[in-house]
Amino acid sequence: MDLQSIVKSVRGAQPEALVADAAQEEHLELTPDRWREVARHLIDDADLQFDALMCLSGYDEGPEGSLAVIYHLFSMQHKHKLEVRIKVPRDGGSLPSVADIWRTADWHEREAYDLFGMTFEGHPDLRRILLPDDWEGHPLKKDYLTPDYYRGIPVPKDKRGWE
Amino acid sequence: MTSFTDSLTGWFNGLTWLPDMSPAIVAVFVAGILALAVFTFMSLNALVAVYFERKVSAFMQDRLGPMEVGIFGFRGGKKFWGGIGQTLADAIKLLGKEDTIPADADRPLFILGPFILFGAAFTAFIGLPIGWGMVISDFNIGVFFITAITSVGVIGIILSGWASNNKWSLYGAMRSAAQIISYELPLGMSLLLVVMVAGSLQFSDIVQWQEDNRWFIIHSPFTVVAFMIFLVSGVAEANRTPFDLPEAESELVAGYMTEYSGFRWSLFFLSEYASMVIISLMTAIVFLGAWLSPVAGILRMFGVPEGWYYLSGPLWGLFWLMGKVAFLIFTMMWFRWTFPRLRPDQLMYTAWKVFLPFALANIFFVGLWELLLA
Amino acid sequence: MTATDSKSSNFGVVETEEMVLNMGPQHPSTHGVLRLKIRTDGEIVTHIEPHLGYLHRCFEKHCENLSYEQVIPFTDRCDYLASMANNHIYALGVEQMMGLEVPDRVEYIRIIMVELQRIASHLMGVGTFGLDVGGITPFTYCFRDRERVLDLFEYTCGARLLYNYIWIGGLSHDLPENFVQYANEFLDYFEPKIDEYNRILTYNKIFIERTGDVGVLPADVAISYGCTGPVLRGSGVSWDLRKNEPYSIYDRFEFDTVLGTGEMGTLGDCWDRYFVRIQEMRESIKIVRQALAQLPEGDVFEALPKKVRPPEGSIYFRGESPRGELGYFIVSDGKNVPYRVKMRSPAFCNLSVINEIGAGWMISDIVTILGSLDIVLGEIDR
Repeated sequence: MDLQSIVKSVRGAQPEALVADAAQEEHLELTPDRWREVARHLIDDADLQFDALMCLSGYDEGPEGSLAVIYHLFSMQHKHKLEVRIKVPRDGGSLPSVADIWRTADWHEREAYDLFGMTFEGHPDLRRILLPDDWEGHPLKKDYLTPDYYRGIPVPKDKRGWE
Repeated sequence: MTSFTDSLTGWFNGLTWLPDMSPAIVAVFVAGILALAVFTFMSLNALVAVYFERKVSAFMQDRLGPMEVGIFGFRGGKKFWGGIGQTLADAIKLLGKEDTIPADADRPLFILGPFILFGAAFTAFIGLPIGWGMVISDFNIGVFFITAITSVGVIGIILSGWASNNKWSLYGAMRSAAQIISYELPLGMSLLLVVMVAGSLQFSDIVQWQEDNRWFIIHSPFTVVAFMIFLVSGVAEANRTPFDLPEAESELVAGYMTEYSGFRWSLFFLSEYASMVIISLMTAIVFLGAWLSPVAGILRMFGVPEGWYYLSGPLWGLFWLMGKVAFLIFTMMWFRWTFPRLRPDQLMYTAWKVFLPFALANIFFVGLWELLLA
Repeated sequence: MTATDSKSSNFGVVETEEMVLNMGPQHPSTHGVLRLKIRTDGEIVTHIEPHLGYLHRCFEKHCENLSYEQVIPFTDRCDYLASMANNHIYALGVEQMMGLEVPDRVEYIRIIMVELQRIASHLMGVGTFGLDVGGITPFTYCFRDRERVLDLFEYTCGARLLYNYIWIGGLSHDLPENFVQYANEFLDYFEPKIDEYNRILTYNKIFIERTGDVGVLPADVAISYGCTGPVLRGSGVSWDLRKNEPYSIYDRFEFDTVLGTGEMGTLGDCWDRYFVRIQEMRESIKIVRQALAQLPEGDVFEALPKKVRPPEGSIYFRGESPRGELGYFIVSDGKNVPYRVKMRSPAFCNLSVINEIGAGWMISDIVTILGSLDIVLGEIDR
């Protein structure tokens, strides 16, 4: 199934979920508030059946832009792919968790939260996963400043040799 | 049968230039000398067996093993004796290690644990003959004594596992307790069968019976089964792979000895290798004809007259028994470097649902066999 | 104490409570610095909670400051047991963004290296799995043969573990003299060795008892958790990106997708996952043989770009690493430094299933299950 028909199918199920005229792009852009319903539709609909979440990436558009979460979906049955992007506000942005729909999302959402700081509502156990629990800030944000000290240990910032 | 104790006491009493001593003091002297001998034997055994094990495992695994540290004129190299100084160097390093006791450990029990285990292995050597007349004390309940004293060791394991205040150690200790109980039974049952046939609990009587008749392993089909049950249970008793659950390296880090180091750890080590020897000695004495020469047995089968048996006699007996023990130890090493490890519940299953019924049935059938054929 | 007192006290009633056990970060069989927080009831495990991040080396943060070529050595260090595959898939992703065509010889050499790497990586997986189950000898056998593969790599590019060999648009070195002959000699030597592993480990009764029926992973759970590679195929799902979504030149080779069969228990148990790896080594041998036979002549450096500046846009490129689906989500803003690189690591998803299939088994089985997932912490923590 190509992107056009996927968009049509999603529009039929959840008309207000789509942001703008996404059919021109390579991906589907959704609003955060209807995401769970769309996700259910994507996995349950007999023609779509996106049963595998290949990848879930956090993304930062830059210090002025917003944060985004990018889902790469794949259907083992129909062998088609879909890229879903959901933009959330930079500060205190949140979107519904899909950890119970695709279990892959469980750890990946934790990772996105860890590195970008957006929260996933309804996630069973939203904690930092890669960084220490007491780490401050979310390092992959483009406006993140590397701290000078972590627990009194100086953080080396020497770039000689590879810059 | 004479024993080391008797001959040593006799020798002391025969020394006319010594002042008169009460028998108690002589006994203390004799016991001291024999204890020293046993300790030396255990240490030497560990040294030799460790080197043997490392080389055997290395050759089984396409490696070379220790090959750098030569000693006594042997130079390092790819030959079997290439690294013969390695275990000695290791032992010296081990004794020089810092002895640590965890802050939250139960100090007295932590210190006591390895000594109980070592003591059990040490005491077991009292009753074990290593040749004709070469025994510290030839009890009339030798078989019973050995089985009893070897199971005391598990108390040491439980104590040290508990006292370490480490969850992995605790798991190791609990597994060990369960394992020893499970395997003592089939082990004892297999021994019982031999005792039934020979009619004595004394090792020298059992060997005498084998000399008069035949080795127990070929006595009847049931004794073959008993031998196998005994050997496998013995491997479990000695905590060797595939039954090394109490120290299961990949699961429990090092089990009950996780928190030990230095000399205390070396006590565990000594007892492990000593228990291998104890089990092998037991198997060899009870089932494989102890110090009886296999050559003599074959010659007798063909009716060759007694005077031609050059390969028997006391020293040859020592040789044959040690040869059998070495073979059994090699078999245990072979097991260890070939098999994966069993899971605790599978181990229990094997002990309680396979070995024990077979061992019990064995006793019954051997009884029948003796009634009908003997 | 009166009789009523002793009755009212709970004497004789055994109260049990669960024990929390920390497995790792220093533990012999967590394959690195993984910490599993295990709740146990006796030896039965009721809940497993993995704690990651002890090996986090900020791969994605580093990528924001490195040019596209400089990222390649960092991909090496992610899955350090399958560096070639990491290089390969990353390079293919960037090449696809740039629309770069590489010479045939380069493609063939890449396939040879990646499949040899798959053999080496599976040998490691098989060997350490044997070690987890308690057999030490298979491990040394596997290392003996892995050494030969590493020797081939060393001969080719000078490095034994972290190669930085597959570059964007080409390779760091052409094949050295007589490589084809040496590689063929290795394959001839190695193929019978697989039977040796089968004799000592695969069909060992104790091994089967320990791994058959243990940690059964049903196909739908595997897909939902994003498990891929031998873990997914062990559950009987025919899914191999080399076959189903051929990238590079995998469509030119004859090989089979190996599936778990449930031969020694239930479909999707630890034994199936293990045996898939064993058989995949044979398939890799097949591919390498074909690639060696068809290897064309040519210049491997001719397509190396002067500047790597992919046009603005993004790509999610995935390929089959020895551990499963390795994906790179690369966003470019037209500069020579990637705007965002996200690595979708197969072992990360494979490990997330551990609580689902591990709860209810004993501690020994957790070690077995963890071994059968064949994780590499460098890739999980990145």
